[in-house]
This record gives sequence, C-alpha cells and structure tokens, in this order.
Amino acid sequence: MKDRCVFSFIASFALLVASAPLSAHHGNAAYDATKEVILTGVVTDWIVANPHSLLKLDVTDDKGNVVHWVVETGAASANQARGVRLTKQLLKPGDKVTVTMMVAKNGQPVGRIHRLVLPDGRLMVNDLP
Amino acid sequence: MQNFVARAMIMVPVLMFSSFAHAQTVPQSSETKEHKGLPPICQGEANRFNCASAPVEGQTDEPGVDFWGRPVTPLVNGQKSAAAPRHDISGTWQVDGIDEFGFRGILGVFGAGAMPSDGYPEHEPPYTKEGLEAYHRNKPVFGIDSVPAAQANDPLKFCDPPGFPRDDLHRLTSVQLLQTPLQVIILYPRDKHWRVIWADGRELPKDADPTWDGYSTGKWVDNTTFVVQTNGTDERTWLDNAGRPHSDALRVEERFHRVDHNHMELTVTIDDPKMYTKPWVALDKQALKLQPPDFSMSETRCSPSEMATYDSLVSTPIVK
Repeated sequence: MKDRCVFSFIASFALLVASAPLSAHHGNAAYDATKEVILTGVVTDWIVANPHSLLKLDVTDDKGNVVHWVVETGAASANQARGVRLTKQLLKPGDKVTVTMMVAKNGQPVGRIHRLVLPDGRLMVNDLP
Repeated sequence: MQNFVARAMIMVPVLMFSSFAHAQTVPQSSETKEHKGLPPICQGEANRFNCASAPVEGQTDEPGVDFWGRPVTPLVNGQKSAAAPRHDISGTWQVDGIDEFGFRGILGVFGAGAMPSDGYPEHEPPYTKEGLEAYHRNKPVFGIDSVPAAQANDPLKFCDPPGFPRDDLHRLTSVQLLQTPLQVIILYPRDKHWRVIWADGRELPKDADPTWDGYSTGKWVDNTTFVVQTNGTDERTWLDNAGRPHSDALRVEERFHRVDHNHMELTVTIDDPKMYTKPWVALDKQALKLQPPDFSMSETRCSPSEMATYDSLVSTPIVK
C-alpha cells in the first residue's frame, strides 16, 4: 500500500479532462448531491487505488482551525479511452489544490470530487456516480 | 440544469453489448420506449450528479495515450471500415459511445446497459415472485434502490469475483478476444481474468457444479456471428451493478456480431425461469470498436487492503 500512498498527479494529456466516470463502484446515497462545496487545501496524501483513489488534504478555516478532509475520486484504472489518467505523479504532499465536491450528509469531512484544480492550474473534471 | 440538457444531447452511444437469445425466444428491444432527456434517476437536484457532466469546452476526451502513457493511434477515425472477416472476432474491443447517463466508454454503471435501474418502469426485469424477493435482499450501491456503501451487500464489496454475466454487464470498458481452432478466449481487464468458450461442438454440461463464470460453448451461426451459451454459474453473483439476481437455472446467451472489420455488436440475453417470467435482453446490440493491434488494456484489481482503506476512510465515516 505504501506505493499506492504516494501522491502526485500528472496529467498524461495536454488537456486533463474527464467527461466520464473513471470508476463507478460506489453510489451517491450518503452524499448531499443538492449542493457543491468548494475548498482549497494542502495535499497530505494521494492514494491511487481501487475502487477509488483518495485525496487527503488539510483545509484551514478563517479561524485557523485545520480540518483533515478525505475526498474520493476515480479508480487507479482510469480508462484510457476517456483521455484521463490518474497517476501517482499527479499530486504530491504540499501541493495546493482547489476541489469542488459534494460532501457527506452527516457532516463528516468526506467528499466526492467533481472538479479539481491542479497546482499548475489545469482542471480535472471527474464524474463519479 | 443546463448541463443536463447538454448531457442529454451528447449521448452518442457506440459500443455495446446487447442481446443474445435462445433461438426461440428473443425479447424485442422495441418493448423499451424511446426517451428524451435524462432518466429519472438523474433528475432533480438530489440526483444531478448521477449523470456525467457535459464536456468542458476546449477539452477533448480522445484517447491520446493508454493506461501506461504510451501514445495510441486511432485505428479507424474517419476511415471506412473494410468488410468483416469470416469467422473472426479476435482483437481488442472497446465499448463505443455514450450511454443514457452520459458516460462514455463504460457500460453498466446503473445496471445492465439495455435495462438500467434508472426509474423507468419498462427497465425493470420481469421478476417472478421469487426473483423480486431475491432482488429486494440485494443491497446495491447503484440504481434506483441504492443504499450507502457501508450498508450494501454487493459481493464486490468483499472482492468476490463479479462472475458471469456481470463480467459483461457491469463496468465493461474493453475486452480482448483470442481465437484458437477449439476456443474463443475472452480476456477481461477487471481482475485480469479470462473466460474460455469452447467452439469445438461440445454440449453444455447438464449438472455441472457452479463456478463464478460458468461453462460456455459457442458456435458460428453465420460468417460473422458467434453465439455463446453459458450455464453453471454461481448464484452468489449478481447479474449487474444494480443487484439483479439469478439462480442456478440461469442460462445466458451472448451474440457477437461483427458488423464490419472495425465494429462489433454484442447482445446478451438472460434466461432464468426461477427469477424471471421470460427471457430479457440485458445488452442490445451494444457497439464495440476494434482497437489497434498494439492497444494495451488497463488493469482493474479488487484489492482487499485497498477496499479496507476505502471503507475506513470513506464508506464508514459517512454513515455514522
């Protein structure tokens, strides 16, 4: 698992895009899909895995409190036909990213990524039902 | 909501599997109505993320590179395909097109492609009483009766094999078909497993012990259509991602029809008299597109340790 727990992202294409789910394993039932939440935080871990890759990031609120978020995204087996690959090189600890996501109904700091602005400004769109 | 309209407009289906049929009873897909727009499971604010987003302007979803970052050259873009070769379905085939939910290149997110669990009554399989009871015992994470992952009893949650026909009906992206004089072998990227289809004229076993993928035999019914029959599947498996059940009486037909050199259609028909009152089509002429000879399929493994990580960090916390 340690290997899997390396982070960093790297888009394999000039344009990092995904117009379809990279994985489709777990449904939305525990998430509040009526709204999107946008958070900017610092990556602490990037776990490329199945059934979903996991991004852990620390988000500091305006009072200085740090909340440890876990947000899920596509599987390691990104489908090459859709032009997006999730790789371990895509993100690394310390990267600053902005995530648009839906969050757990019960208020836990857990979410599912819809869009992710990478450190270099590229946008990753991830549809993951 | 603009997105949804856009999504609906961009659905251009391509590669699918679709039905096979016991010779005598071939359910007609015409029973399914044509729908405009998104299915009920995608409608309303609470469901809006069940479907794919519209493509972002300026971005492309052309392949470009494969799973390992190696450049991929499209085989047939803009070119007219040659005629289908005789008795040959070998090659790597990828799901082609966009489904009714806007998902490209992947099959069966909400259940069998031709009968998704999407809220349309006509997409409910024809359950027997026993079949409906079995369906209600299943707790899927996708479809109209989905539950949070922590409350689900999907066999995949425990990394059990999906088995057949879920191999075809859930999360199919690509397959590689190999042929020998006696067999057709199907390589699946998920869990890197394969099925052997005997094409030497043998009969299906009558009382075989069940196995995850069952026992398959196939034959050419014309120059370009290979029809496979399967029985002996393990009733612990689900038919699809929406928790449709099957019994030990399940018999499945796959009909691989090579339309031309670069395109194939797959039709899958479910026949299980214990669970369903009549055979039903699970994939209806699902379009598949031939990939270049050097195309390399991705890998999807179910790892118990990774699943445990996911459950501890995501599934469990969000239902506390």
